Amino acid sequence: MNLLVNKRVHYVLSELGQISFLARDIVVSLLMGKVVWRDLLYQIYSIGVKSQMVVLVTGAFTGMVLGAQTYFQFHKVKMDTATLAVVSVSLCDELGPVLTALMVAGRVGASIAAEIGTMRVTEQIDALRTLATHPVDYLVVPRILAAHIALPLLAMESIVIGISSSYMVGVHILGIEPTYLWDNMLKYTHDVDVIIGLVKAFIYGGIIALIGCYKGLTCGLGAEGVGLATTEAVVYSSITILITNFFLTLVMGKLVGLL
Amino acid sequence: MIEVRHLQKSFGAHKILDDVSFRIENGESVVIIGRSGGGKSVLLKHLVGLLCPDSGEVLIDGENIRPMSERQLLRVRRKFGMVFQGAALFDSMTVAENVAFALRRDNILTEGEISSRVCAALEMVDLPGTQNKKPAELSGGMRKRVGLARAIIYEPQIVLYDEPTTGLDPIVSDSIDKLMMRVHGHLKVTTVVVTHDMRTARRVGQRVMMLHNKKIYASGAPEGFFESRDPIVRQFVDGVADEKEILF
Repeated sequence: MNLLVNKRVHYVLSELGQISFLARDIVVSLLMGKVVWRDLLYQIYSIGVKSQMVVLVTGAFTGMVLGAQTYFQFHKVKMDTATLAVVSVSLCDELGPVLTALMVAGRVGASIAAEIGTMRVTEQIDALRTLATHPVDYLVVPRILAAHIALPLLAMESIVIGISSSYMVGVHILGIEPTYLWDNMLKYTHDVDVIIGLVKAFIYGGIIALIGCYKGLTCGLGAEGVGLATTEAVVYSSITILITNFFLTLVMGKLVGLL
Repeated sequence: MIEVRHLQKSFGAHKILDDVSFRIENGESVVIIGRSGGGKSVLLKHLVGLLCPDSGEVLIDGENIRPMSERQLLRVRRKFGMVFQGAALFDSMTVAENVAFALRRDNILTEGEISSRVCAALEMVDLPGTQNKKPAELSGGMRKRVGLARAIIYEPQIVLYDEPTTGLDPIVSDSIDKLMMRVHGHLKVTTVVVTHDMRTARRVGQRVMMLHNKKIYASGAPEGFFESRDPIVRQFVDGVADEKEILF
């Protein structure tokens, strides 16, 4: 039993150590200005533009469900017009960035791990190295930067579409008075809620790309290794996002309280 | 000049190379032969710093690359071109993008200059007009040729070939052999070929080294090497399996 625990602890510490080394290489690469703009733009397109559909659908239906459920509860206490305010604050602070990040982790995290993992098992990463190109400069840094840039934009899209769809459901299906609904939303949603959402999405972008790249670069050999790396990239980034979200909520809540 | 001193490498408990030492002069063409799984490719990867030895030294032009970081190694790797066993072409790119990769990363030449260098490299490997094809559309032999064009486009001093004729039919193998000799002759590069194809070894090598039992077991000019009476060399050159191995 002790041996198993020791092995597990050793494995976790070793993974954390390797991720730290990768993070160090990323910082060095950024400081040395090794980013190629063409690669970065391509990755923004790949991670950001191509994820729009999944993020928009998620945002829209989350907004609609949240609006309907909030209305059902608030209607009992005659607070129908506060529905959109609750939806807006929830989407900005929590659901927008977290659900966007989880959807992008499924789509992009898996794709990054699979692509880099396949390059590893087919010696393409060794070929990069023999062509005097550091894999971190070429494969990792553009993806990390692109994810940092794309996630806040995607989260904002998701929040906007979520609030809009919730408004449509509230006004056109549930019959809530639109003027008060909109006015209450503006009254209770503050700039800081939007900033919290953007900061969270920015951090989750880095988590998704870092774990995806790490799993790809260290994947086992063969199809099985690539498959496992892909699965682990999605699972680990999703769990990390959810855990990080809790701590970010606490820290940012405190900071907002202090301001 | 490549010099390997007392190189040792293990993967886990499995020792692959044990006290391997040799020296390859500038412009020389050396073939390393040995049995499958004997550590030939591992040895080749040590020369370019893709693997780090457990002990011993690898010197490139007198510079020990063992203590170098990955970033420091990039400078040394500029001297190398490497052709991989499976070609290792970037499958998301076209042939032209693959071949031009190193030049584009350098960001020194104009697009026009890069394009003409790509054409020249593809002509050298007898693949003109294939610029827009994807690696998936190419045969095994063509992929190896594109891999070679990618390796020589920036005019390295040393070209490494990892099993260049494995999996190819005899006629394509023959054309790859001729291509390696042409590149060696035209570009005056140091050539290191890892293979277990005896015909390639005879034709391409000015010197043949045999890796056996984790060490360089025999070394010499092809004429003398292939006439050797040493039973282990003879067995490998003639391709005779042990009785025990026949059972498997």
